[in-house]
Amino acid sequence: MGPSERPRGAGELKFRDPKRAAELAKAIERTVAEIDRERVSVMHVCGSHEQAIARFGLRAILPKKLDVIMGPGCPVCITDMPEVDEAVALADKGVRVATYGDMMRVPGTTRSLADAQAGGATIDVIYSVAQAVEIARTTGDEVAFFATGFETTAVATAATLRQGVPENFTVLSAHKYVPPAMELVAALPDTEIAGFLAAGHAAVITGWKLFEPLARKHHTPVVVAGFEPLDILAAILKLVELVRDKSDAVENMFPRCVTEQGNRNAQAQLWDVFTLGGGFWRGIAWVPDGNLVLRPEWAHADARVRHGISGVREASTPAVSTACICGDIMVGRKTPHDCTIFGTTCVPEAPVGACMVSSEGTCKIWFQYGGRPDLAEVTR
Amino acid sequence: MCLGVPGRILEIHGPMAIVDFFGVTRQVRLDLVDEPVAVGDYILNHVGFAIRRIPEDDIEGTLSLYEELIREANADDLMAADVQGELDATERTRGPQ
Ligand code: SF4
Repeated sequence: MGPSERPRGAGELKFRDPKRAAELAKAIERTVAEIDRERVSVMHVCGSHEQAIARFGLRAILPKKLDVIMGPGCPVCITDMPEVDEAVALADKGVRVATYGDMMRVPGTTRSLADAQAGGATIDVIYSVAQAVEIARTTGDEVAFFATGFETTAVATAATLRQGVPENFTVLSAHKYVPPAMELVAALPDTEIAGFLAAGHAAVITGWKLFEPLARKHHTPVVVAGFEPLDILAAILKLVELVRDKSDAVENMFPRCVTEQGNRNAQAQLWDVFTLGGGFWRGIAWVPDGNLVLRPEWAHADARVRHGISGVREASTPAVSTACICGDIMVGRKTPHDCTIFGTTCVPEAPVGACMVSSEGTCKIWFQYGGRPDLAEVTR
Repeated sequence: MCLGVPGRILEIHGPMAIVDFFGVTRQVRLDLVDEPVAVGDYILNHVGFAIRRIPEDDIEGTLSLYEELIREANADDLMAADVQGELDATERTRGPQ
């Protein structure tokens, strides 16, 4: 199909197979109408899903009664201020901090890494942990990799440490583990999440079976979804069918990449290097088992241990605006449109909160793709 | 950051594979993939590591999103930037490309 044959509407509505998309939309509409709830809220937990949903304007073809909400699916956004403070403290000590680009402008208590850089610190923006190791090798400088990302990304950090890294290389782990956060959101009384779309590529690592206890315990079905617009619609249809049938099943709608048990080799390497610890997720809550922390056997490569910066905080009240409702957005209580400074004071060029910094943050995604081309929102 | 990007294996050298990503040739580590891979196989790459061999039958459906992103996206498209980030995460191959 050539580009000219693609249907346009609702901003960027584009499908490779518009007939199939229309069928799926109709089936979703029918199924949602059969659910005996006034509103049906389902949550996905993946920045890439939100990008696809917003980019392809999927919300515009979903029924008014159905809300598809982005939950805590942006690892940069949930990296807490004290974690940024630790990175800033390393930079202040003269350690080269290597990190993914989105982390530069995420606010710490008073400073971001970009502020530290402006103050003379050396910060390297890298795309992979291997590049951080390379900097340590070639410069001989003390390098700390400020590691963010969910289990999908943490496996790369784990494999790299296991390959062997130079002595002047350490890891400041802000890696997070998604399932406990889904657990936490599922238990919130005020958001009433009826079901979850699980992130396809995180599930490549963990496998789909992992979600069964969560589905059972909270009686919220889970559907693993891919990233094509049609993958997402098909997964939403499956999910609302399960909600209608009051099922607590887990379904895999991304079988080309996700298996029942996941990638066991990657899991073995992940758990060889990391263990679970409780941690605060920015703006959300203390998430028991939500952080991936280096095991004591890896203390020699742990920046917190090596440089004694564990738990340092900038001693001052946070400079971050109290207007930011990022946390409420990430648990599904609010949308960016509820933020009084969305798109005015808070824009990608001058982000106030972390959700406007990261390419996976709801605010930035809505800002770039024209917010929510959703009739339900404007007519509500 | 979790999007990953699929590519086709051109050569394998121990724990490294030379992979074609839509015309861009890069090196990817194979330590994390959980089944044997061979030249011609498609893999899903994330931050420089193959995390999954993608079954042959399913490859069409997996590639089209990326092809569209690479073809149509403008410079500040977030999804396209993430795909580019995945390519930037892989090591450049040494020698001619
Ligand atoms: S628009 Fe900015 S200030 Fe408002 S919630 Fe989003 S990140 Fe926070």
